[in-house]
Order: sequence, then structure tokens, then C-alpha cells
Amino acid sequence: MDVLLEVSGLVKRFGGHVAVDGATFEVERGSISGLIGPNGAGKTTCFNCIAGALRPDGGRVVFAGEDITGLPSYRVFRRGLTRTFQIPQELGALTVLENLMVVPEEQAGERIQESWLRPWRVAAQEREIAERAHEVLAEVDLGHEAQNRAGNLSGGQRKLLELARALMSSPSLILLDEPSAGVNPTLTLRLIERIRALRDRFGITFLVIAHDMDLMLRLCERLIAMADGTVLVAGDPHDVLENAEVQAAYLGAQAL
Amino acid sequence: MLSLDVLTPLAGELPLLVTFSGGVNWTVGFLTTAAIFAIVALALNVQWGYTGTINFGVVAFFGIGAYVSALLTLDPPGQFENYVGGLELPVPVGWVGGMIAGGVLALLVGLPTLRLRDDFLAIATIGIATILRSIANTQEGLVNRARGLNGVPRPLEGMSRDLSIDYDLVLLIMTGLALLVVFLVVRGATASPWGRVLRAIRENEATTQSVGKMTTSYRIQSFVLGGALMGLAGAIWAHRIGTIAPDSFDNLTTFLVWTMVMVGGSGNNRGVMLGALVVGFVWFGLPLIQEELPDFLGSRVFMLRRIAIGLLIVGFILARPQGLLAEEPRVSRFAPRGEGGGGSGGGGSGGWLGALRMRLRGRPGEGG
Repeated sequence: MDVLLEVSGLVKRFGGHVAVDGATFEVERGSISGLIGPNGAGKTTCFNCIAGALRPDGGRVVFAGEDITGLPSYRVFRRGLTRTFQIPQELGALTVLENLMVVPEEQAGERIQESWLRPWRVAAQEREIAERAHEVLAEVDLGHEAQNRAGNLSGGQRKLLELARALMSSPSLILLDEPSAGVNPTLTLRLIERIRALRDRFGITFLVIAHDMDLMLRLCERLIAMADGTVLVAGDPHDVLENAEVQAAYLGAQAL
Repeated sequence: MLSLDVLTPLAGELPLLVTFSGGVNWTVGFLTTAAIFAIVALALNVQWGYTGTINFGVVAFFGIGAYVSALLTLDPPGQFENYVGGLELPVPVGWVGGMIAGGVLALLVGLPTLRLRDDFLAIATIGIATILRSIANTQEGLVNRARGLNGVPRPLEGMSRDLSIDYDLVLLIMTGLALLVVFLVVRGATASPWGRVLRAIRENEATTQSVGKMTTSYRIQSFVLGGALMGLAGAIWAHRIGTIAPDSFDNLTTFLVWTMVMVGGSGNNRGVMLGALVVGFVWFGLPLIQEELPDFLGSRVFMLRRIAIGLLIVGFILARPQGLLAEEPRVSRFAPRGEGGGGSGGGGSGGWLGALRMRLRGRPGEGG
């Protein structure tokens, strides 16, 4: 198995509370994997540690063969690992279009002197980026909102904007945190297709957190089940869901 | 806030009101003052309006620009004076020196403090302004202490005498040109992908970092650009006034500039210039109607204008938080606008006039 992401012994404490307690798992290159577990299992904290939003207290994160443990998020992103947020983190005062246009790396116009000295170059690049942003927006049904302020979007639309932002970069791994919460069912189905297509066409690897088991079974080839900050079991989705420990974790003690 | 009461170079000796009868004189002097403050407001707009960096030490950057430019261009110290420099360099060199000084100070302040949370940064910057003022007031042999620097050279004064053009008018034209250049520079920088990253940082620094931007670097860049422009404004101020002393650079000046930015429209470059004009008019205009006011008010006009500024701040926060001209949804001037007319919630139409019209129609905009 060609491992793209390897998390070993990951630990994250918040004061006395241990949110992630030695989580260990792998994600295969080109796969769509799911991270499941009851609320408070440490899934999102894992994402935050992997993507550099939080610095882990222990353990290692290896991405594409390189140790990225504790790197700040902008460095992790530049290595090709991007993520969405569970609670949408849109740039409220920017238009939806510019929420996406801010994403691409190495924009000439991001250097202050360029738009003074070579505005035509910046303009040309902006046209390309805007075109790409419009394409991505069309993919997630936000095309008509391009010029609206992101802060005016509805909750579901903000989730879609999260996804669109991730698609705007050219990552090799996308961490999706609850991509479908608050999104209507028809669009959720399209999202599944879209994610599969991205994987098939560009070989993008996905690691998805979701509570919607129906979605997870449709989408993922592999599930990783967490509880209390550790990984209980990983493998074929149906096997994982039928695992006694996983069921106990979800249903609580009365299931035992 | 001594120096701000001085509208014309003579006003140090003559009461302000004397110039009121000559309305033209007053207007020219006022517009010059407003233009200098408009430069400072544009600078603060880069730091606060775009990036969300709180700078409560505006007057420190303004002051250091004034002092450095004065020291570069003054004659060597006389018998009863004691200051470094006095290099007799041409005034434009002083302006550039003041600008560099403001930028360097911003870099020195920014490197350790820009990682601080907003409220701590506010305290740190106000502290720096106070420290610098104390040093200027007490350190012997540095900037002539509280006696201040006198006889700061006034650019093109000889020329205007030869051509018998009113010198105040020459000053206004020079300052106006400086403002125009600063506006173009600031607009060029901010209405661009660079400015977009700044606004992204203001909106959500974590998100901005998560898409690969090294946000600390951008915060420092914007802080330094703002600091440099404040320094330039200070330099222009020093040569216009001719006399500067530490206590004329008090923290009230900082908050006057903040009021200009808030009233004009934080995040909107044209707005903050308008704010400089409007707030400047309240601040510098109230003393002019001193004689028209009933005695018990007229004698308190210099307190009244502080109250007026306070009311402006409170009023705008409550009733019009986006300011006179709200910021436009579109940041980069290179990004496509909404396709004309159509579309729900369609944003940026037609520049500041469009923005104003939108405000007047009471359309939502929710400025920052």
C-alpha cells in the first residue's frame, strides 16, 4: 500500500483534557477514507494537528514521505495538503469570488511592488484566477453568488464555499471536515460524485469526517473509527461499522 | 494638542480668529492641514482598515517623521540649542528621511508586537508613543528637549517670494500633490491581490494561513507601509509649521486620525480622505465660530470640540458603523465586477459614487 499520510502516536492535550491520545492511522494515496467516531472522539483535533492549525503534544505526522509534524498551516498547505473547516471559516467581507481568488499560491500581485510596477501582469493573472474561481463556483452551485459577500451566504452555502476553497488549490490530499452538514440531499449526492471524479481524474486523496453514515458508506473505501482520542479499528467500511467496539462507542455502555 | 491649533504659520502669534475674516486664508490653511491628515488617515487605513492591525501609536510615527526631517534639514544647533543633526540638507531629502524613519520604527515595533493579540497590540503601540515623547522631552542633546526645534526650513519659500505667490498657496499645492501621490500608491497596493490578502487576514487569520499565506509577513508589510506614510506626513507637517516640540505630538492626535478613519469609512481609501476633511472641519472649524457662540460656550470652544469628536465617534458607531463611504465588497481592482445590473445581492457598482448611492438607499454592506 502506497501511504500518503501516516499519523503515529498523535497526542493533543487541552489543559488536563486529552483530546487525542496516541491516535495512529494511515491513508493510502488515491483513496477516499473516512474518519468516524462519536462526538468528542478527537477527529477534528486530529485534522487540526495534521493541517498545522494546532501543534501536537506528541507523535508524528508524515505526509508524502516527509515529517510535517508541527509545521505552521501555511507550510503544510504549500506541500499539497489542504483542509476545510467543520464550522465554516469564510472571509465574510470579501466577495465569494475573491474568497476563492485569494487561494492560489505564487500570485504575482501578492507582492506589493507588482501592482505598482507591472499592473498588466497582475491583471492577466487575475483574469486566469477569476476564470478558475468561476469554474469551481459553478461546480458547487455558487456561481450566482460570485459577487455577493461571503458573510451574506446561508449556512449550507458556507459549507459549499469551504469545499470550493479546498478545490481552488491543487492539493494531493484534502481533509474534509463535515462537508455535507447543512447541505441539501441532492447537492450532497453531487458532492459525492464530484469527490469521486476528482480522485479518479487527478488522483487527489481524500480524508473525510462525517456523521452521516449513509454518505460515508457511499463515499469511502476505508473507514477509520475513533473514540476517546484513539483509533479503535480501521478497514473495510462494513466491517468497521459492524465492529463491536465501534458500536459500543457510538451507542454507549448499554450496548455491551 | 498645541500644534494642531496652528493653522497658519503666523497663528502662533495671532489668535486663530484673526484669519477668519480672511476666509480664503483660512480655507487654504485648513485644506493643507486636512491634506496632511488625509495622508495619515490613508496610512492608518492600510494598517487598520485593510489588515485589522490596531495602531494606537499613530502620533509616534508621525512625530518621528517630523523630527527626522527637521534634524536633517535644520541649520547646526545655535548657542542655546542642543540637538543632533542640523545637516542643512534639502527639504525633499528630509521628507524621504522622515518616511524611512517612520518605516523603520514600524519594523522595529512590528517585529516583536504583531504576534500579540489585538488588545495587547493597542497597549503596546500607545506605550511606544508615550515612551518616544518622554525621551524627546527629557534626553539632553538629542532633540533640544521640550524647547523644541525652531526654524525648520520651509520648502520653496524663496521661490514663492520671488514670484510673489502667496506662500500658503504654494504649501497647499505641494501638500495636495503629496496626497495625490500617496493616494495612488496606497490604492495601487491595496486594490490588488496584496490588499486582498490583507483583508483576508483581517477577516480570518487562521483561514488565510490555511491557504498558504504567511500572514505575519503581510502584517509587517502593511504596518511598515503605514508607518512610512505617517512619517512622510509628519515630515510635511514639520516643514509647514516650522516649529515642533514633543508635547505637540500627543495621543489625542492619534485618536483624531482614528476618528477620521471611522467617520470616513474604514477600509475605503476615498472614505478616509473624506473623513479627514469632515473631522478636520469639526476640529479646526469649531474655534472659528467662537465669537458667534454664547459666551459660556464660546469660552469653552476648545473643550467643546473634544466633545464634538466624542459624539462623532459614538454617533457613527451606533448609526453608521461602516462610515460615510463603506468599503467596497471587491478588493482587487483586477478582479471582475458583477455583470452589470443583474444578479442577486450584486456588489461593486460604480466606485465611490455607487457606494455612496448604495449607502443612501440603505442597502446592506456591513462594513468591518
